[in-house]
Amino acid sequence: MSAVSNEIEIIDDPGAPAHVPRAADLNPRSEKRAEQQVAILFGLSGVGSLLLIYSYVFVADDIFIFIPIMGNQNAHQLGLGIGMAMSLFFLGMAAVHWAKTLMPETEIVNHRHEFRSSDEDRADFVKTVKDGVAGVQLGRRKLIKRSLAASLGLFALPPVLLLRDLGPLPKKQLEMTSWKAGTRLVTDPGNRPILASDLEVGSVVQTLPAIAEGTERLLSDIAKDPVLLIRLRPEDFQLTPEKFAMTHEGIIAFSKICSHMGCAVALYEQQTKHLLCPCHQSTFDVTRGAKVIFGPAARPLPQLDITVDAEGYLVARAPFNEPVGPSFWERNSQ
Amino acid sequence: MTTAEKRLGTVANYVDERTGAAGWMKKSLTKVFPDHWSFMLGEVCMYSFVILLLSGTFLTLWFDPSQREVVYEGVYEPLKGLKMSAAYASTLDISFEVRGGLLMRQIHHWAANIFMAAIVAHLLRVFFTGAFRKPREFNWILGILLVTLGLVEGLFGYSLPDDLLSGTGLRITSAIIQAIPLVGTYISFFLFGGAFPGVGFIPRIFTLHVLLIPGAFLAVITIHVMLVWYQKHTQFPGPGKTEKNVVGQPILPVYMAKAGGFFFIVFGITAFLGAVASINPIWLYGPYNPGQISAGSQPDWYMGWLDGLVRMAPPLETHAFGHTISWNILIPALIVPGILFTGMALYPFIESWITGDKREHHLLDRPRNVPNRTALGVMSITFVLISLINGGNDIFATVFDLSINQIMWFSRIAIFILPPLAFVITKRLCLSLQRADRDLVLHGRETGRLVRMPSGEFVEVHEEITPQERWTLTSHEQQPALELSETDSRGVRRPGGFKNKIRVRLSKAHAVSVPKVTAQELKEIEHH
Ligand code: HEM
Ligand code: FES
Repeated sequence: MSAVSNEIEIIDDPGAPAHVPRAADLNPRSEKRAEQQVAILFGLSGVGSLLLIYSYVFVADDIFIFIPIMGNQNAHQLGLGIGMAMSLFFLGMAAVHWAKTLMPETEIVNHRHEFRSSDEDRADFVKTVKDGVAGVQLGRRKLIKRSLAASLGLFALPPVLLLRDLGPLPKKQLEMTSWKAGTRLVTDPGNRPILASDLEVGSVVQTLPAIAEGTERLLSDIAKDPVLLIRLRPEDFQLTPEKFAMTHEGIIAFSKICSHMGCAVALYEQQTKHLLCPCHQSTFDVTRGAKVIFGPAARPLPQLDITVDAEGYLVARAPFNEPVGPSFWERNSQ
Repeated sequence: MTTAEKRLGTVANYVDERTGAAGWMKKSLTKVFPDHWSFMLGEVCMYSFVILLLSGTFLTLWFDPSQREVVYEGVYEPLKGLKMSAAYASTLDISFEVRGGLLMRQIHHWAANIFMAAIVAHLLRVFFTGAFRKPREFNWILGILLVTLGLVEGLFGYSLPDDLLSGTGLRITSAIIQAIPLVGTYISFFLFGGAFPGVGFIPRIFTLHVLLIPGAFLAVITIHVMLVWYQKHTQFPGPGKTEKNVVGQPILPVYMAKAGGFFFIVFGITAFLGAVASINPIWLYGPYNPGQISAGSQPDWYMGWLDGLVRMAPPLETHAFGHTISWNILIPALIVPGILFTGMALYPFIESWITGDKREHHLLDRPRNVPNRTALGVMSITFVLISLINGGNDIFATVFDLSINQIMWFSRIAIFILPPLAFVITKRLCLSLQRADRDLVLHGRETGRLVRMPSGEFVEVHEEITPQERWTLTSHEQQPALELSETDSRGVRRPGGFKNKIRVRLSKAHAVSVPKVTAQELKEIEHH
């Protein structure tokens, strides 16, 4: 070895160990046996293929069989899968076993060469490039150089521009929901209006804004509109007067869309009165206006101002006073 | 000559007269591939990619990549009559009505997991053995590109069925995009074709998933493998192996038969998993509805560590001048992974800057002989593992009867403490292993047999190791630390003194090692 940087005397390389022949190289009986083993493996692969064909054509897909450990299994699915697995796996095993036991296994030595080109080649290359570039004469042809740069710059714009119609501009869409003053809260699912008097203390209801008969909700609305109604005893709350004024007889309404990344905040713990988002476990304290008490969310869930209409049904008194859901650059409120 | 040989000869002649391929083929077919189990990891990547192409193409024959709303009328009773996207409905059809469809879906998803696992294992092999050193830096960078593509391809893949679980993943994806200052909202609206969930995302990622990204994969994998071919494979040090040679089996026939066979074995194992182990049973989750969620929402494991980072982030947001910056999203989802991947891509250059080593390397390092690098690797793995554990904190909490708060706080603290600790421990471990190697060469192997000396004391008989083993344990080089004097030969202070100081410090840390046994020392021992 040439490349040793520290000047110590190193131990000599004894060279590659001598080749040890395999059983099948020495003994015709072992050779025969190895040959048979390979044939058996190929055979098993064939059995797998047949199993697959049989299961595809003849096994109905509503037959279940009991397999220890795995329990009840669909025979059709299992037959297809196991058949395919066998047909592939044993084909591979046969080839590998064949290579390992019977094909010549002597090692060969190849030589490496440094990748660096010879100095001559490099010099020639540099000269060729220089000559080529000189022929272009960019240095002398200032006008061409500048117009080329300008046109290349412009050339890059159309491809970007062509992507403009991928979608509409955001405008104020992220800031708005379907809630308006007077919109009734309706159950989801069911679309039934909710009588404040029907809500018991401790109950939770998922709601959406009422929509006109015969219209369809857009998924993009369902991504912003859901509201959770929770009824506590009014004395359970520790809210600022403004926030308390947004509740109705102990009923408080929050956006169900997590202020972290927009998952549905779906878990409510009765005892602690905490709302928990299953995505990253942000935890919101309902009694304190959905203040974040744990997890990565940085803001409370927006609260919807609610009251009842003339018939006693719960309605929004005003739209949300801040955008719901995850933050974004243009968001302009705490 | 047999007739078969004659016929083959005619074909070969026809092709060669038009391409001159024989010369090149002759050389290629005697090309040597060194054998080691860890060299198969790259092959597993390649094979699972082929499996993905085959099973994925099967799925495209029935999959309908559309967010158009349909009413489900298929055979799966619990969802009958429900409104859902055509994408979800067609995935149900593939699962329940296309014979072999469920098997193919499961094979496809298992193959994706095996693909990512193999890529990560392959990357670690290359890292810990120093295979990324000159002249293989290009291939290292291509490898990092492949991991990144794999993450994106996998995310897009499991988002296609448009079920409740993957839709939640897309909700989070859109929130990450929205968090990018200045342009985030616009990018999100363009990608999704409007406010989330939009109308265009599933068909768009479908095109990316089945056409653009596989195409990019194919191109990068081709260059990657061609470079391996051209630069020849590295080999582990051992008797008869040098920087100037490659020792192994020729392509034809052994390597070809083994590699070909191995493809079928990998495919077979994937099919077996697809047959017996259910994966992503989307019919249990239901169609996506942004107002709902399934508890225990988890991405595939290769995205899980990112989710874990997001979960442990502190609740930080900045509100200023009418704008919001969500550090709680930007840091864990974009900044930290960005630093990690950039650092990985640059590592070969950083290391060669530290060591000042600009030579070619074809003999691999045993990880213990480069303690600093090995420790850095284990440190990074520790970082990712803690994140991954936190990504599954809800599951760990139920399984081990802990509270999520406990795991979250453990992770928040551990992510700062454990990786450096792992570094220190690994480095020490490497040095003790070097010491053990040294003892082995000097004193041989302990046999457990005790002999009584004339003086009455007992000593253990040591068995000398073979010259081959001795060579393997001592043939690595131990590069001394860089010495950069602060002044040049004329006594003038060099520019960049601070940079040099850091470089010398790092170089010193990198060069720490237990001196290996020299021939001199062995001779001295023999004389005793
Ligand atoms: C190379 C890396 C690839 C990765 C990591 C990957 C990953 C995935 C994953 C995780 C899924 C979800 C499967 C499920 O549980 O349903 C998926 C779905 C799908 N993939 Fe791929 N895939 C890859 C390549 C391909 C290719 C090359 C094609 C087609 C040519 C393809 C076609 C599809 C289709 C049509 C689906 C949706 C159908 C369904 O889920 O039933 N994939 N992919
Ligand atoms: S989306 Fe609710 S915690 Fe992240």
